[in-house]
Amino acid sequence: MSTAAPRTIVEKIWTDHVVTQDPGAPAVLAIDLHLIHEVTSPQAFSALRARGIGVRRPHQTVATADHSIPTTDRSLPFIDAMALAQVNQLEANCAEFGIPMHGIGDPSQGIVHVIGPQMGLTQPGMTIVCGDSHTSTHGAFGALAFGIGTSEVEMVLATQTLLQRDPKTYEVRVDGRLTPGVSAKDIILALIARIGIGGGTGHVFEYTGDAIRGLTMEQRMTVCNMSIEGGARAGLIAPDDTTFEYVHGRPYAPAGAAWDRAVEAWRRLPTDDGATYDKSITIDADALEPMVTYGTNPGMGIPITSRVPSPADQADPGQRRALEHALAYMDLQPGQEILGQKVDVVFVGSCTNGRISDLRLAASVLKDRHVADGVRLMVVPGSDEVKREAEREGLSDIFKAAGADWREAGCSMCIAMNGDQLRPGQYAVSTSNRNFEGRQGKGGRTFLASPLTAAASAIAGVVADPRRLPGIETLAAVGGR
Amino acid sequence: MAEPFRVFTSKVVPLPAENVDTDQIVPARYLKVTTKEGLADALFRDWRFEEDGSLKEPPFILDQPGMAGRRILLVGDNFGAGSSREHAPWALSAWGVRVILSTSYADIFKSNSLKNGVLPIVVDPATHARLFDLLATDPDAELTVDLAEQGVLLPDGSTIDFDIDPFAKQMILAGTDELGYLLSKEPEIDAWEASHPPRIDSLAGAR
Repeated sequence: MSTAAPRTIVEKIWTDHVVTQDPGAPAVLAIDLHLIHEVTSPQAFSALRARGIGVRRPHQTVATADHSIPTTDRSLPFIDAMALAQVNQLEANCAEFGIPMHGIGDPSQGIVHVIGPQMGLTQPGMTIVCGDSHTSTHGAFGALAFGIGTSEVEMVLATQTLLQRDPKTYEVRVDGRLTPGVSAKDIILALIARIGIGGGTGHVFEYTGDAIRGLTMEQRMTVCNMSIEGGARAGLIAPDDTTFEYVHGRPYAPAGAAWDRAVEAWRRLPTDDGATYDKSITIDADALEPMVTYGTNPGMGIPITSRVPSPADQADPGQRRALEHALAYMDLQPGQEILGQKVDVVFVGSCTNGRISDLRLAASVLKDRHVADGVRLMVVPGSDEVKREAEREGLSDIFKAAGADWREAGCSMCIAMNGDQLRPGQYAVSTSNRNFEGRQGKGGRTFLASPLTAAASAIAGVVADPRRLPGIETLAAVGGR
Repeated sequence: MAEPFRVFTSKVVPLPAENVDTDQIVPARYLKVTTKEGLADALFRDWRFEEDGSLKEPPFILDQPGMAGRRILLVGDNFGAGSSREHAPWALSAWGVRVILSTSYADIFKSNSLKNGVLPIVVDPATHARLFDLLATDPDAELTVDLAEQGVLLPDGSTIDFDIDPFAKQMILAGTDELGYLLSKEPEIDAWEASHPPRIDSLAGAR
């Protein structure tokens, strides 16, 4: 185009991937990377077999087992026959169709959204899909990455394309700087509390602003990961030197002259000056406190020093009913403080906060301290590599000395498919992404929070403000690649 | 592949809750299946059943007298939030739901539903309130859904017009799926791939 109208990064990636589009029909969008796991793929492979077609691009597909696998000793057999059958099915499907599989025992095994970036598969400017709503995580690299259903998994396996309508764009600008004890998780929980869990429906978030630029790649992944909890199927951050530094040298990253060419192309991705968004919102990072949810969806979050809202204050009858229902499920009182609320279990892990820097933050709080009596702390690394690194750095020793349960990599109690779950009525502070009813076990009650808040709460035995910990100013600096 | 969508008339199951997430529609422990069958009993499992498998008392709306066989579900705003599990529309479809009425749906749920012959119709808030009022006065009111004409006929003879993506409409009316359409684009896909080398090669192994 000679007129070169300013474009957003979303428009650039979109245009780069449109294969063809019939009038009135959605675009045929090329997919660069397809990640698959055991839970949402079996029916797609069965459908392929029934149609007698193969996998078009096995070399642009990567599989792992993460959702339903045990996080206990890997030398022991699965207790759950159905989960075992599902994992075996994935291995058989991958073998039949020639797809590389990083299953249990493979050093690259882990949560699908942790291993993609870790292996360097996730790169700027790509289209990335997976039968998992937290695929938005990969947007942290300036990729257009979104979750799909099983019918769409089948389409991508068969054609390496999807039928998509072009998305609307939504700028989420986070100005200023986070204060000590406040982290990436608090940014995203604050956003969702403001716009609600349907606020981003039909849109792709682009996170911009100084506070976002100041985040490490792992922190950016935490933000993008929960885009779907704000209703946006995808959320992304334009790539910059922080991105390139993270990707460089990883196993599947371009190398040599190809690396230089790639970076040159990636530098053209950021949104042009003057490009417009369909919607926008601004958040002031300096004003953010640690966030915690009190209800049964991720939009029901408050600053940790606030009180639980009261249904009587809700003007909208639907919202009043929803709040009454949520507080009844959570067994919380309107107007009560959330600080000091009893906790039974603390879960540190998941594709939101199961990376090495998350574990470093938790360990920095737990060092030379002990989990409160009656509290169970589970620390579940996001991947086998994260686990090995945590053991190399001695983090696992800190966790164990603090009385925590140090486990194998997987989704674990984030989705509670594998036996890692709350008992009915138990309260958990969880670094994961969903506090829906029964999400972490039937009848279980979840407070979503950051790794710092989770670790502080594990020590206190109640929901606790990490900013009150001695030395928090130095802890907050713990980031890392 | 779903059956072609034909005009039908049905009574309605009202479920006024907002932000119903797919973890409620099908709890995660029912996702260990490797087929699409048998999910009707997983639908809203923890809102319908006690631990021992008996029905809740009072029963959840789906299990109240006269609800079995109804094909239209009237729900609150932002239905289907959260997880991308296609098990949600599979379970709704297995129970018998063919049309959902709400003010909005979560993106992935909506996309998944359309691929399974479950039609998520969006109505404006005033119409939404009017439908709940109608069911409050006449719980057995019947609606007629005509996708070709994009209208829902009410007992008083009035019609609610609705919008739908023209491509999705065509697919649901014919009972065909999108994969057949995509496969017909293979020449274009071949050409695109020829000029766009793959960004990664997961089979080549790590460098």
